[in-house]
Amino acid sequence: MNWLLDNLELIGELTVQHLRLSAIPIVLGFVLAIPLGWVAYRYKLTRGLILTFVGLLYTIPSLAMFVILPPIIGTPYISEANVVIALTIYAVAIMARSVADALASVDGDVKQAATAMGYGGFRRFWTVDFPLAGPVVLAGLRVVAVSTISLLTIGSAIGVSTLGYLFTNGNQRGIVVSVLTGVIVTVIIALVVDRLLVLLGRLLMPWTRAMAQPGAQRRALASASGRSRAAEVAT
Amino acid sequence: MIEFRSIEKVFPDGTRAVDDFSLVIPSRKTTVFVGSSGCGKTTLLRMINRMVDATGGELEIDGENVSSIEAVKLRRRIGYVMQNSGLLPHRTVVDNIATVPRLTGVSKKDAHARALELMDTVGLDRAMADRYPAQLSGGQQQRVGVARGLAVDPNILLMDEPFGAVDPIVRAELQQELLRLQRELGKTVVFVTHDIDEAFLLGDQVVILEKGARIAQKGAPEEILANPANDFVASFIGADRGKRALSIREVDGQRVVVDAEGTVAGRLSEPGAA
Repeated sequence: MNWLLDNLELIGELTVQHLRLSAIPIVLGFVLAIPLGWVAYRYKLTRGLILTFVGLLYTIPSLAMFVILPPIIGTPYISEANVVIALTIYAVAIMARSVADALASVDGDVKQAATAMGYGGFRRFWTVDFPLAGPVVLAGLRVVAVSTISLLTIGSAIGVSTLGYLFTNGNQRGIVVSVLTGVIVTVIIALVVDRLLVLLGRLLMPWTRAMAQPGAQRRALASASGRSRAAEVAT
Repeated sequence: MIEFRSIEKVFPDGTRAVDDFSLVIPSRKTTVFVGSSGCGKTTLLRMINRMVDATGGELEIDGENVSSIEAVKLRRRIGYVMQNSGLLPHRTVVDNIATVPRLTGVSKKDAHARALELMDTVGLDRAMADRYPAQLSGGQQQRVGVARGLAVDPNILLMDEPFGAVDPIVRAELQQELLRLQRELGKTVVFVTHDIDEAFLLGDQVVILEKGARIAQKGAPEEILANPANDFVASFIGADRGKRALSIREVDGQRVVVDAEGTVAGRLSEPGAA
């Protein structure tokens, strides 16, 4: 317990650092995956190519990635950039597939209707297709967030300070509390970020709850299909 | 007036969906394309707002060739109502109805005010304005679809099997509503259905289509019923069976009408008599 109290400041710093370093790959991965996922969704040929390629990227072990990247892109081995770029690659790998699947999940009738209303392609993508792909995109983003937060702990193996430092350092020095604290704080951060994403989803996509409401349809039926019955309900 | 002149549509895979199709669709009347699935009726409908482009022939709206009009602009001035309503599930009822006015740059306030008026027009309670489509019944969704189609007060309203997915009672209700709306608004309605009863009920001009969008017969419902052009039409409209094959029988000096099954359909009154 003493260790915990003595190191509160360190834990706090590492937590902030951890959040900062994981936010970049999550956001960057999300943004980069949108065009990539769109291209994969839109054209049959590119779909296979892109999804196989990102699938392969994801199979590279993280430590190997930290070693392969610097000679390719010229970052120092021990640098935040190295870790952030590696994690961004993983994030894109997961998200690109999510975005492609999400866009494919949008009801074809709705897309047709939007086109028939006179939406141009670009506007339709951003105001109809993408928002409607939202729930599936969000599911992918939650996976990315949690996996990025946990993967980031490995950064401490190459000397970038994250919550992983509490494992490596605690392990070397035989401080069990340190290791446990590292694990618990990492898990808590992952859970909190996950909850926040869910809440953000509800805020940005209020319609998903309307669709999920049990009995929404039944209530609507009960409350009239025509003017006369609707008027009764209103009065 | 919408005029098809020798319209042809060959899809990239070589299917001839439409072959040498010519037709004049008069303004302010309801024209119904009716035929079995795959006859090309929806393809014809979608050519009017360029969801499908013809590969041959000319299609004019009030003398203007549609291919000379930018597709997106053209669509914004033509109402479109489809099966399963095609409402945007992430927009509320009022936003759905206001979709096209908003696309054309009408302010949110004005578009919403107009949307609420349209809810009255199609018989929807304004209390539903802030609901999402998933919270409405099939019939209500279809009414929203119609209101959305009318939002920019278009001259032309395209309806692609709009009542195909609702139960028979609601369908009958919606059909009557459409007849009422048409009496009030007088749009050029082009309606697609596979239901001949619906076609006869709603159409001023009914166009019966065979495969490849060949016109088997066109005309007012009573003309088609009185003189089916060929066996295909006769069988399609069911002229020889059921409730269309009526005969007169005398019962106690009164003449009653019975259908092919022998079920009494009604009493025959003399022309001019009450």
